[in-house]
Amino acid sequence: MASRTSSQSLFFRLHIDITLLMGLVALIALGQIILYSASGENVALMQRQGIRLGIAFIVMLVIAQISPDALRRWSPILFIIGTVMLVAVLFFGTKALGAQRWLNLGLFRFQPSEMMKLAVPMMLAWYLSSGHIPPRKGHLLLALIILMLPVLLIAKQPDLGTSLLVTSAGLFVIFMAGVSWQLILGFAFAGMAFTIPMWLFLMRDYQRQRVLTMLNPESDPLGSGYHIIQSKIAIGSGGTFGKGWLNGTQSHLEFLPERHTDFIFSVFAEEFGFSGILLLLSLYLFVIFRGIYITSQAHGTFSRLLGASIVLTFLVYIFVNIGMVSGILPVVGVPLPLVSYGGTSIVTLLAGFGILMSIHTHRKLLAH
Amino acid sequence: MTERQHLKDHFIEQRIFQNRSIVAIFFTLVLFGILIFRLYILQITNHEHFTTLSQNNRVSVQAIPPTRGLIYDRNGIILAENLPSYTLQIIPEQTTDIDGLINDLSLLVDIREIDIKKFKKEVRRKRRFEGIPLRFRLNDEEVAIISVNLHRLPGVEIKAQLSRFYPYGTETAHVVGYVGRINEKELKRLPITNYSGTNHTGKLGIEKSYEALLHGQVGYQKVETNVRGRVQRVLERSNPTPGDDLYLNLDIKLQQVAIEAFEGKRGALVAINPENGHILSMVSMPDYDANLFVNGIDSKSYNALNQSWERPLFNRTVLGSYPPGSTIKPFFALAGLESNTIQLDHQVFCPGFYRLKGKAHKYRDWKKWGHGKTDIEKSIVQSCDVFYYDLAFKLGIDKMHKFMTLFGFGKRSGIDILGERSGLMPSKKWKKRVHNQVWFPGETVIAGIGQGYVLVTPLQLALGTATLANGGHYFQPQLVSAIQRKSDIIPRQVIPQMIRQIPILRQENWDEIYHGMTEVIHGARGTARRLNKPGMRYKIAGKTGTAQVFSVAQDASYKEDELEERLKDHALFMAFAPAKNPKIAIAVVIENGGHGGSVAAPIAGKVIAAHLSQFSDEELKRPAQKLPEKTPGQTAPPADPDNSSSTPVYSLKQAQHEGHNHG
Repeated sequence: MASRTSSQSLFFRLHIDITLLMGLVALIALGQIILYSASGENVALMQRQGIRLGIAFIVMLVIAQISPDALRRWSPILFIIGTVMLVAVLFFGTKALGAQRWLNLGLFRFQPSEMMKLAVPMMLAWYLSSGHIPPRKGHLLLALIILMLPVLLIAKQPDLGTSLLVTSAGLFVIFMAGVSWQLILGFAFAGMAFTIPMWLFLMRDYQRQRVLTMLNPESDPLGSGYHIIQSKIAIGSGGTFGKGWLNGTQSHLEFLPERHTDFIFSVFAEEFGFSGILLLLSLYLFVIFRGIYITSQAHGTFSRLLGASIVLTFLVYIFVNIGMVSGILPVVGVPLPLVSYGGTSIVTLLAGFGILMSIHTHRKLLAH
Repeated sequence: MTERQHLKDHFIEQRIFQNRSIVAIFFTLVLFGILIFRLYILQITNHEHFTTLSQNNRVSVQAIPPTRGLIYDRNGIILAENLPSYTLQIIPEQTTDIDGLINDLSLLVDIREIDIKKFKKEVRRKRRFEGIPLRFRLNDEEVAIISVNLHRLPGVEIKAQLSRFYPYGTETAHVVGYVGRINEKELKRLPITNYSGTNHTGKLGIEKSYEALLHGQVGYQKVETNVRGRVQRVLERSNPTPGDDLYLNLDIKLQQVAIEAFEGKRGALVAINPENGHILSMVSMPDYDANLFVNGIDSKSYNALNQSWERPLFNRTVLGSYPPGSTIKPFFALAGLESNTIQLDHQVFCPGFYRLKGKAHKYRDWKKWGHGKTDIEKSIVQSCDVFYYDLAFKLGIDKMHKFMTLFGFGKRSGIDILGERSGLMPSKKWKKRVHNQVWFPGETVIAGIGQGYVLVTPLQLALGTATLANGGHYFQPQLVSAIQRKSDIIPRQVIPQMIRQIPILRQENWDEIYHGMTEVIHGARGTARRLNKPGMRYKIAGKTGTAQVFSVAQDASYKEDELEERLKDHALFMAFAPAKNPKIAIAVVIENGGHGGSVAAPIAGKVIAAHLSQFSDEELKRPAQKLPEKTPGQTAPPADPDNSSSTPVYSLKQAQHEGHNHG
């Protein structure tokens, strides 16, 4: 007991939550194993991902050093910068694959919408924590406006996956702040009413196509329906114990498209089967519960709201990705967190966990 | 806020947060429950179903490529068609040793290095169960040999396919272009689903610029295959939509006449209908057989074509930039008249050279001893240089630039094949921008006879001639006249696009130029009087030109036969006919041909004669029809005035736009 306390205090001084860190490392390790298989044993790709992971870990540890108080003070500025950059993307953004998401900053390309995944919940937590809890109607209205502005800008790019994640991040802050259940139900109905104009005016053809194909994948077997059909075959043929690492026929015979990014879960399911999936989901659940525990111990409204939002958004990532590859949700382009290949999302995710560590490890200092 | 309230708030807050945290945990468990339930259904309950799909009876989707649209000339003669041919393909999934298999196959039929290279590239991008072509156009014997051995060649199949064929492959190579196998760059650009069954795409000419229309929409069939990949049965089929057929304004017979008239000389010819900008003929010599490129040309033949100093692959009509020489003179004379710089009675004395005030440099006339007193008509008929040195100096380069730009010089014409050059009509601003130098008066002087910086493409020269001939109606040149969509009963006409009407100051000015140009052929001292044949049913108006390829030192005389062939002058000729009611405007450039009148003009004469032979005397004499006053919109007269009244009118932009949408 004594040794545990001392080691804990060492990590505490370094502002690292060792339990959370272990969960993350286990997940990422499992992710790297499957990425090796999904990428067709591509070592160069693994090295690139390794570098990104290194950067993401450094970002996480640096953010963990910043106290929640400082984070709170910086929230509005971060939000304004992010929003301005989103507007800039609309006008000067770089196009790729039919969407305008990147800002070319000379040295590197930057995706402001990715930053908003954290800036929006921070801003809302700042705003709601500075007022009465549960928030009054006027506050709530302004909070929704703060949320909708960046969401619409991101949806316009168009980036349905990110706007979905930013929306849920914001809504979780509002939810945790204690909005009454009547209001939540009211908004749920309003939200459904909102989907109709969204379908008609905001969504691009390819997004509508994705939803329609999700409802009936057979309708477009050469195009987008192909992904879902092949993904379901991959998952289903995995069975209880899977076909074994590097032995997935669906993935290695190249039936599966985007198999190292958005569809990496299908490769995992094919090669490791249902038992492997239970292991993966347990690890995710471990990280989520640790996150909820951290927020329940947190001091200060800002920390609690923000922490809970980060954890629940992570949950949405998992649910949407696995839901889409298994054919119960439309293909919206959300990666499997900490496992899919790709740089920006992993940095944002680990930055979020850095905030959680900061919340947890600055607690005692605040108590003094 | 008091301390008590604060504590109370704090307490309420804590409680709310705890409640919500419990809800969040519940929410998490529900979502994970849904996922686990879903995955259980897929992996445990339906495991066998998916295993079957995955391993034994694979349902696969095969793309059915659409039939590419055909291309016809103006008289319905087919220029690009699809002929049945046999393709040898391999399905990588069904073979373990691809290299060994290719080796076995090469013992049976001829397989070139390039075939293997292209095949390997495609293996990487296609799905494993899809057949990948190794050899196109197998002959009957080859088909027989492989069929006999098919049992010991797993994964090999012979597929009957349609292959593009150009019956006039050499005559139309520079216009119609050709299709070729899709390369990696194109792969990124082309819509992947629509091209999933397609091996070829337009690479050049009409085939490239109208790709979106010619290609059509892919169809597919869902088939059940056994473990060897052989199709067991077709479950579902959706037919492809064939590409649109195109009708060109080009007259292939006229094209052949023109090519024959070239007698193997290098150069280019463009013939345009001045009434609507339709391209009647477009020749770039030497030519090559477009059919060579359809299924991949071997590197030896390609290098031979590509490295030849005669540059047969180079489309001179739109890419060749030549000094226009004296063919530019009628335009400048008109510029002088219409800008009131000179009047109809203007005369210049030509002593055989021209000198700028205070400068010693002599600008020589082609006639050493000079033309003496020269008026506008004589300046055109005998092509007096001094007259135009003087006129250019009076006009100044910027006025010349402004006027010539109206006729399309120095600008891309917007013709419906890609990659044309813009030529060059210099101005002071241009020189400042490009060379960062001031303009010298001497440069104006030589620009006056179409030398110096001035460069035109043969297409521009023909288009300028057409615009001059029809009284200043500048049309966008057009190769495609109509588009036949399979769902339409009759083809949709492409509307001629008149870009501008050049303002006319005095009609007499234009008539004077026409008169002078007619005398070039029909006058006793005209530089192209050899075209004047007794009993001609019409008159031709034209202008010869001889453009220096390099400049000759001051006062040094030069003898043509001493020069190397490639340094000889370019011969040029521009003309329209009939002079009073022009139905054809033409430009001819013969590289290193020597004199325009003796080399280029006879070719134009033959093409004009061939084209006008289809008109009756009545039609030739009918006064020029009134052309529209403004750029026509959607209601403009359709391409062919004769059978237009009932056909739907269609604009090219619209057509290409639609093509992209359904592509």
